[in-house]
Amino acid sequence: MMVKTKKRKRKTPIIRLRNVAKHYHMGDETVKALDEINIDVYEGEFVAIVGPSGSGKSTAMNLVGALDFSTKGDIYLDNINIEKLEESDLAQIRGKRIGFIFQTFNLINTLTAVENVMLPMIFQGTEYEERLAKGKELLTKMGLEHRFTHLPQQLSGGERQRVAVARALANDPEVILADEPTGNLDTKRGEEIAKMLDQLNKEGKTIILITHDMYVAKHANKIYYLQDGKLVKSHRK
Amino acid sequence: MLKDFFTISLNNLKRRKLRSWLTMVGIFIGIAAVVGLITLGQGLQTAITGQLGSLDTDSLTVQNAGTGFGPPGSTVIEKLTDHDLKVIEKVKGVKSVTPVLLRMVQIRYNNEVSFELMRGAPEEPEFYEDFYESQSMEAIEGRLLKKGDVGRVLLGNNFAKKTKFGKAISVGKTINIQGGDFEVIGILKSSGSLLMNDAVITFHGELKDLLDIDDEIDIIGLKVENGKISEETAEKVEKALRKDRGLKEGEEDFSVQTPSQVLGAVTNILTAVNVVVVGIAMISLFVGGIGIANTMYTSVLERRKEIGTMKAIGARNSNVLMIFLIEAGLLGLIGGIIGALLGVGIAFGVAFGANSAFGSEIIQLSISFPLVISVVTFSFLIGILSGAIPSYQASKLKPVDALRG
Repeated sequence: MMVKTKKRKRKTPIIRLRNVAKHYHMGDETVKALDEINIDVYEGEFVAIVGPSGSGKSTAMNLVGALDFSTKGDIYLDNINIEKLEESDLAQIRGKRIGFIFQTFNLINTLTAVENVMLPMIFQGTEYEERLAKGKELLTKMGLEHRFTHLPQQLSGGERQRVAVARALANDPEVILADEPTGNLDTKRGEEIAKMLDQLNKEGKTIILITHDMYVAKHANKIYYLQDGKLVKSHRK
Repeated sequence: MLKDFFTISLNNLKRRKLRSWLTMVGIFIGIAAVVGLITLGQGLQTAITGQLGSLDTDSLTVQNAGTGFGPPGSTVIEKLTDHDLKVIEKVKGVKSVTPVLLRMVQIRYNNEVSFELMRGAPEEPEFYEDFYESQSMEAIEGRLLKKGDVGRVLLGNNFAKKTKFGKAISVGKTINIQGGDFEVIGILKSSGSLLMNDAVITFHGELKDLLDIDDEIDIIGLKVENGKISEETAEKVEKALRKDRGLKEGEEDFSVQTPSQVLGAVTNILTAVNVVVVGIAMISLFVGGIGIANTMYTSVLERRKEIGTMKAIGARNSNVLMIFLIEAGLLGLIGGIIGALLGVGIAFGVAFGANSAFGSEIIQLSISFPLVISVVTFSFLIGILSGAIPSYQASKLKPVDALRG
């Protein structure tokens, strides 16, 4: 397997959050889930966004992942302000340029492991044969070559998350967005997933990890700390 | 991509087997009703037309008004008489007239009694040959009546079975009708017409004598000169009888019917029945459609997280819409196919039951493929229409909201 270890850093960050805020209105009260956040993520970086529960980590992930719109500020992917895009363009960005890994795996229960990995490729119009070959290749890479036709409920938690990682890689995205990927796993399986992210980063993927677990966050080379919706500090290894 | 969406949708239906089946029950009851009733209706129409064919449909008929389709002579109103026969005979354009008597008689044979409708056949060869031809009458045993036959009777095919009198009647046997003995001269071949299978036929004069009928006619059959039955001749006959009886228009105590009027009336009744039953079936389909909509709404609510995940991994709104629409359409389509098969099965079952009961192939059904294809397509469309709003809502869910479940 070709392993790209050289990290090419560009002058312009691949992801930029500029003065981003997300406010929710609950009755008369306005909750500031995120307030004036500025984050830069460069290509090939492994960035962790950490903070306690309610600090705004998931809100940040939703915004970076083009799953939601901010109340204020701009979010750039390369130099495109994704806040200005239509839903169909955002779907294209999510499908092609970002790979999601969720805490609860979010596999489709009616589909087998390989079909789950093939699903993002369906939405990109990839031919069946190509999808199947890629699906099998990715699952094999995750050590799941004996689990192609298993349904999610027939897999262990660690195996499900590995299927989810394979699915995130299906369309060969530049960015992997992992939201508490070890949250539902025991320490050993969690460490396996963290190492897998390490490996993907070494292969050239930009990783954004959302976690409250400092032990997992240590795998990242840059850490942003969030508290009560505000960025309190950042730390580079 | 569409094929993949079909697979995804089908998997979703399989995953919720019980709910999918229950939803489809609503659809296939409606479709089974539509297919079953229409198929039976068509068979029934053919059967009734066949029965009417056993009346003299190639001629005009004059009856007492109000007699309708019940046995003539069963109502107490002014009877048709030989005088009426003469009046009609004089109408311009009328070629010939034939008096017809149709009466219930008591028949005894093998110490058993049965009540049957007996008909008098025309006496003259040129008329009875016409009568035989118009009814496609053919003897499978013995022969048909011919001039000079006295005390003889021709029987329908059902009399050759044990079911009537516990013993089959064969040619040469004597049966007792209303106290008078008649020799069986022939047994008719089996017919699609119930009337013909149960026919008891003797000559008109003999029936008159047997029942001691003096001057009474149940039906006057008449043929027109150019051989073509027209409304115009019917009007002339009506006018002549009205004038003779001193009646005003609209006060007629008789009716002149052309075969097309009789057939038209029956067709109208059958069409009305069909419209009503199809209407009821449509209500059932409507309810089935609501069932699909309900299932799809529930499905969207349950699968919000799945929808969110699909959107996160690149599904466009149109992709999600398509997956849910196909799912709803499949509920309609599968429900429609099962319903159509069930409907055809029910129709054939009912026809088989009816034919067994009548001992004759009176209802002959055929599968109408255009009907089956159109109802299945219709059912598919109902599924799609019912699923349209829930599917649209699913497609419009914001990814972030959907992912929260």
